[in-house]
Amino acid sequence: MTAPPVPESAPEAAAPAPGGAARRRGIPGTGALRETGQLMTLAATTVRDTFRRPFQVRELIEQFWFVASVTILPAALVSIPFGAVIALQVGSLAQQLGAQSFTGGASVLAVIQQASPLIVALLIAGAGGSAICADLGSRKIREELDAMEVMGVSPVQRLVVPRVLATMLVAVLLNGLVSVVGTAGGYFFNVIVQHGTPGAYLSSFSALAQLPDLYISEIKALIFGFIAGIVAAYRGLRPKGGPKGVGDAVNQSVVITFLLLFVVNVVLTAIYLQLVPQKGA
Amino acid sequence: MGIEVIVEGLTKSFGNQTVWQNVTLTLPPGEVSVMLGPSGTGKTVFLKSLIGLLKPEEGRVMVDGVDMVGGRERDIYETRKLFGLMFQDGALFGSMNLFDNIAFPLREHTRKKESEIRRIVMERMEMVGLLGAQGKLPGEISGGMRKRAGLARALVLDPQIILCDEPDSGLDPVRTSYISQQLIDLNAQIDATMLIVTHNLDIAATVPDNMGMLFRRELVAFGPREVLLTSDEPVVRQFLGGRKEGPIGMAEEKDEATLAAEQFIALDDTPPRIVPQLQPSPGLPPRQAVQRRRARVLAMWDQLPVAARTAIKAGLAPVQEEHA
Ligand SMILES: Nc1ncnc2c1ncn2[C@@H]1O[C@H](COP(=O)(O)OP(=O)(O)OP(=O)(O)O)[C@@H](O)[C@H]1O
Ligand SMILES: [Mg+2]
Repeated sequence: MTAPPVPESAPEAAAPAPGGAARRRGIPGTGALRETGQLMTLAATTVRDTFRRPFQVRELIEQFWFVASVTILPAALVSIPFGAVIALQVGSLAQQLGAQSFTGGASVLAVIQQASPLIVALLIAGAGGSAICADLGSRKIREELDAMEVMGVSPVQRLVVPRVLATMLVAVLLNGLVSVVGTAGGYFFNVIVQHGTPGAYLSSFSALAQLPDLYISEIKALIFGFIAGIVAAYRGLRPKGGPKGVGDAVNQSVVITFLLLFVVNVVLTAIYLQLVPQKGA
Repeated sequence: MGIEVIVEGLTKSFGNQTVWQNVTLTLPPGEVSVMLGPSGTGKTVFLKSLIGLLKPEEGRVMVDGVDMVGGRERDIYETRKLFGLMFQDGALFGSMNLFDNIAFPLREHTRKKESEIRRIVMERMEMVGLLGAQGKLPGEISGGMRKRAGLARALVLDPQIILCDEPDSGLDPVRTSYISQQLIDLNAQIDATMLIVTHNLDIAATVPDNMGMLFRRELVAFGPREVLLTSDEPVVRQFLGGRKEGPIGMAEEKDEATLAAEQFIALDDTPPRIVPQLQPSPGLPPRQAVQRRRARVLAMWDQLPVAARTAIKAGLAPVQEEHA
C-alpha cells in the first residue's frame, strides 16, 4: 500500500491522525502490518456482531444456499480423483515400505485430515468468497454500504456476519461430504484397482484412525471457512477506486485466502499432532 | 425542533491533497442552509464528514452532544438515526425494489406493522411523485427517479437533520421547483435542520435561510442568505451570477495570467436582486424557523454588512411579488 502520486487513489485510513500523510509514506512493511491489523479488527467485530440482535436469519439462509450451491458439485467432483490419487500414492508407498496392510487407514487419514478441509476451503474461497467479495465491493462503490451506515445499520452486522457464518457452515457440511466421497474413492481405487482386500482396508482403518481425526477435520474446515469469509469481506469492503478496484479486490481476496489457509493448516496440524496422542503410535 | 450542528475547525485531506481546511460554521436548528461551491470543492466530502462517514483529520462536528468525528463509534451510530442523507447518486440498494428500499429504515429501526409501513412508504412515494414505480428495481428507473427515491428514503424516519446532496441534479426544471417547494414544506411540517448542497442558482436564491460557499480549500463565507446574495466577494458574485469572469475557472482555479487579463474586463455593477424566499404551501403551518432566524439575525445586526442589512430590512417588510 505505498502511496502513489495520484491523490485520488490514496486509501482512506481507518483511523487517521494528524500528519497522516507524512506517516503513510513511512517505514516499509507498516502497510502490511496495518492491513493485518484491520483484518483482525474486522474479524473481531464480526465475532462480536454475531451476537447482536437482530440476527439476519434470511440473509444467512440465502447466503448459505448460495455458497452451498456453487461449491457442492465441484467439491464432489474434485474429491473423487483426489481420494484416488492419495489412495494410489499411499498404496504404492506402503507397498515399498512393506506395510500394505495399513494402506487403507493411512490414505483415509490423509484424506480426512488434510485433503478434505483444504479442498473445501479452496473451493469456498474460490467460488463463494470471490462472489461475496465482488458483491460487497460493488455495493461499496455504489455507496450502498455508506447509505446503510448512514441509516444507522452496520454493514458488518447486516451483511458480513451472515456471509461469514454461511461460509463456515457450508465448510463444515461440505467437509463431511468430501470426506465421505474421498474415502469412498480411495476405497474403490485401493480395493478394485490395486487389488487390496476390503477386510485389510477396513481393519487398518480402525487400527490407525480415531474419532478426534474427524473432529480436527471439522475444526479445520470451520476455521478455514471463517478465514475465507472474513478475507473476502475485508477485501470487498475496501475496493480501491471504481469497478477495476473491485476486480482487483476479488483477485487479492482469493490469493490472500489461499496463502493464509496453507499457513494456518500447518499450525493447526502441528498443534493437533502434538496435543492428541495418535493411535498405534 | 431541529438539532443544531456545530462544525469547528474541520480539516480533511486525502493523502497529500487537502480538500478543505479549518471549516467552522453552525447550522442553526430548524433552519434551511445551502452549501454552494464549484464542482470538486469537497461539498460531498463535507456532508459525509458531518454524518461521520469520512473522518476529517482535525476539528469536530457536534450533534446532540456527540462528536461525529472523534466520538465513540456506538454513539455515532445512535446519532446517525437523527439524520437523513440523500446521496448524490441515490445510493439505493440494487437488490431491493423501490418499496423495500424506502421501507428499509422503517423495518430496521421501528416496530411498525407492515400495514403501517406500507402507508408511510406510499405517502412518501406520492410526495416525490413515484407512485406506481414501487415494484421496480433501482436499475430499471431513470437517474432522476433514483434521486427522488433516495430523498423519499432519507425522509421516511422524519429525521431531525436532513442533508441533501444536489437534490436538483438529474431533474428537469419543473421537478426542481417541486423539490424546492417540497423541501420548504417539509421544513414547515417537521422543523428539521436542513443542509442542501447544490449548484442550482434557483434553489440557492429561493430556498435557504443561510448560505455558505466552499472554494479553494476554504469556507469562503457562511451566513444569512442576504449576506451572500449581496456579497461583493468576487467568487461569490461570479458563482451566483453564473459568469465566466472571475476567480473560478474550468479546472476549479484559474491561473494568475488569465486572472490578470480579466482585471480589465469591467464587471457589471448592478446590485444583485434578491428574490423573496419560498413560502410553505397553503394549508401548512408557518415555518417556526422564521421567528428564530429573525431573532438570530437581529442579534448579529451590528456585524452585518450594510448591503445585507438593507436587503434584510426589505425582506422583513411585507413581501411584494414583483418578480414575474
Ligand atoms: N474517497 C476519496 N478518496 C480520495 N479523494 C477523494 C475521495 N472522495 C473525494 N475525493 C476528492 O475530494 C475532492 C472533493 O470531492 P467531492 O466529491 O466532495 O466534490 P463535490 O464538491 O461534491 O463536487 P460535485 O459538485 O461535482 O459533486 C475531489 O477532488 C476528489 O478527488
Ligand atoms: Mg458532490
